[in-house]
Amino acid sequence: MSRFVKSREAILLAAIVALIALVETRFTGFAAPGNLARVFNDTSILIILALGQTLVILTRCIDLSQASNLALTGMVTAMLNAAHPGIPVVVLIAVAVALGLLMGAFNGLLVWKLDIPPIVVTLGTLTIYRGIIFVVSGGAWVNSHEMSAAYKAFPRADILSLPVMSWICIAVIAAFAVGVNRTALGRALYAVGGNPGAAVYTGIDVGRTRFWAFVIAGGLAGLCGYLWVSRYAVAYTDVAGGFELDIVAACVIGGISISGGLGTVTGAVLGALFLGTIKNALPVAGISPFWQMAISGAAIIVAVTFNRRRAPGRVILKEAAA
Amino acid sequence: MSITRRIALATGLAVSLMGTTALAQDNVRIALVAKSLGNGFFEAAARGAEEAAEELGNVEIIYTGPTSTTAEGQIEVINSLIAQRVDAIAISANDPDAVVPALKKAMQRGITVISWDSGVAPEGREMHLAPSSDALIGQTIIKLAADQLPEGGKVAVLSATSTSTNQNTWIAEMEKVMGDYPNIELVATVYGDDLADKSYRETQGLLQSYPDLDAIIAPTSVGIVAAAQAVQDAGKVGEVNVTGLGLPSEMAGAIESGASKSFAIWNPVDLGYATAMLAYNLATDEAEAEPGAEIGMGRMGTATLDENGQAAMSEPFTYDASNIEEFKSVF
Repeated sequence: MSRFVKSREAILLAAIVALIALVETRFTGFAAPGNLARVFNDTSILIILALGQTLVILTRCIDLSQASNLALTGMVTAMLNAAHPGIPVVVLIAVAVALGLLMGAFNGLLVWKLDIPPIVVTLGTLTIYRGIIFVVSGGAWVNSHEMSAAYKAFPRADILSLPVMSWICIAVIAAFAVGVNRTALGRALYAVGGNPGAAVYTGIDVGRTRFWAFVIAGGLAGLCGYLWVSRYAVAYTDVAGGFELDIVAACVIGGISISGGLGTVTGAVLGALFLGTIKNALPVAGISPFWQMAISGAAIIVAVTFNRRRAPGRVILKEAAA
Repeated sequence: MSITRRIALATGLAVSLMGTTALAQDNVRIALVAKSLGNGFFEAAARGAEEAAEELGNVEIIYTGPTSTTAEGQIEVINSLIAQRVDAIAISANDPDAVVPALKKAMQRGITVISWDSGVAPEGREMHLAPSSDALIGQTIIKLAADQLPEGGKVAVLSATSTSTNQNTWIAEMEKVMGDYPNIELVATVYGDDLADKSYRETQGLLQSYPDLDAIIAPTSVGIVAAAQAVQDAGKVGEVNVTGLGLPSEMAGAIESGASKSFAIWNPVDLGYATAMLAYNLATDEAEAEPGAEIGMGRMGTATLDENGQAAMSEPFTYDASNIEEFKSVF
C-alpha cells in the first residue's frame, strides 16, 4: 500500500482528481458522474491509442504513424459504407482492424528486417498513409448524410448507461492489463526495452517482439479509425492531424519511459485521462485559447521532470552499467 | 516555286482563313477557366455562365481548365485560349502571381481578362469578382442566427484558429452590426482550430457553459459540421440551431437531422452567371474596368469596382431544407 502511495500512478491519479476539483470550482457540474463518464468516453480513443503506443515505446521504439493509420482506415470504412450501405458494421470494424494490422505490420517489418530506426520508419509511413488517403478519396469528404445510420449509431449505443465506445475502451484496458503483465509477449516487451542485449541471451527475439508491438499498435489504430469517423460523422484527409503527438504525450505523462522498458498499463491510461481531462476542462473553464496550448505543454514538461526523478520501478533485465 | 512566293502564298492563305473565321464568328467567345475540371463547384459555375449566355444570345461559353489544380496547367490552358483568339478569359486562379505573364500576353492581344472566385494579382487582370465581401459575410452569419430567433436569444461563435485572418475579419464585421439585433446576445467566441475533435469538444463546452444557448455560429466548414454533430449527440436539436458557413454536400446531414436550420455559402451558379455578364460587358466595350466603375451583372445587379479593381458579387446564398436536395450533389 505505501508503495502505491509513492508510485507515479498515485501521483498522477491525485493530479487528475485535483484538476477535476479545480475545474469544479470554476464550473459547477464538471465533477458530476454523468459528466465524468462523458469525459471518459471522449478520451476513449486516446486511451486505446496510448495503450498501443505503450507497447511500442516499451521496446525502445516509437510509432508516429498511428494518427495517419487511424485516418486512412477511417476513410476506407467511411467510403465502403457510403458505397455499400448494406455491409454490416461488424464487417467494417473487422476491415478497419485488419487494415490497421497490415499498416502496423508494414512498420514492424521495416524496423525488424531492414533495421531502420523506428522514428524514421514511422515518420515516413506517417506521410505515406496520409498520402494514400488523398489518393483513395481524391481529396473529397465523406459526409454525415452519406453514412448509414447503423454506421454512426454503433459507438453511441447505450449499454448499462455507458456508450459502446466506452465499453470498447474498457475491454481494451482489461485485455492489456492481462496481456502485458501475464503473457510471454508482455514480459518480452519489458525485457527487450530494458536491455536488448541481455534479452537476446535469454532467448527473446528482439526484432520479432518489436514487430508484434507495431502490429498490435496498428490494429488498435485501425479500430480507432472507425470509432473516430463514426463519432465525428465526417471523414476527410486531415482527420486527426497532429494527434500522434497527443498519443506520445499521454504515454510520457503516464510515465512510459521513452528509453524503453519502463511503464505500466495503468500509467498509460491515467496519462491519457489526464490529457483528456485537460482537453475537456479548458473549454468550460473559460481559459483563453492562447493559454490552452501552453497549459498542455507545461503538463508534459512537469510529467517528464517527475519521470527523471523517480526510482526505476519495474526493471526485468538491468543494464550492466545501472 | 521560290521561297518568297511560298511564304507570300502561305501568309495569304492564313490571312484568308482568319478572315473567314472572323466573319463566321460574330459570337462573343468567353472562356471560363476553372481551377480544375471535375470539381462540382466549377461545373455549377459553368451552368450559371451558360445561363448568362442564353440570356445574352450572341455569346459562346468555353468552359475549360487543367485536370489538376496547378498554375502550370492553367498557363497551358491560357496559351491555347490565346491561340484560339477568344474575346474574354475569366479565370479562377490556382496561383495569383504565376499566371500573370500568360494573362498579360492575352491582354496585349486584346483579350479581356478578368478573375473570379480566386483572384489574380492586379497587373494580370482588368478586374476581380469576389463571391462576397467580408462585410456581407459578417452581416449574413448573424442574420442567419437572428432570423430563427424572433424573440431574441443567446448566440456563440465557433471559429477556426484564433489567428485565422478571414475568420477574425468576419467575426469583427459581424460584431459591427450586432447593434441591429438588440435582443441577440453574443455570449462567447471559442476556437475549434478546424479540427473535428476540438470543434466537437468546444461545442460540448458551450452547451454545458451556456445551458440556455440558442444558436451557434460557425463560419468554418469543419467547425459547422462538428458543431451540428455535437448538438445532435447532446440531444439538443431544436433547442440550439447551428448555422454559419458550410458546403451543402457536407451540411446535408445536419439539415436533415434539424441540428441546422439554415447556413450560407456563395452560390456557384450565380457566380458563374455574374462572371459571364461582366466578361461580356467588358469584352464588348460596354463598360470600362476602372476604379469606381459600375458594371452590370444582369439579374445579379451591378458590381462596383474598388481602387484595386475588385468587386463583391453579393451576400452569401442561404441554403435550407427547401434547396439542400438540389445543391448537395453539386458541391
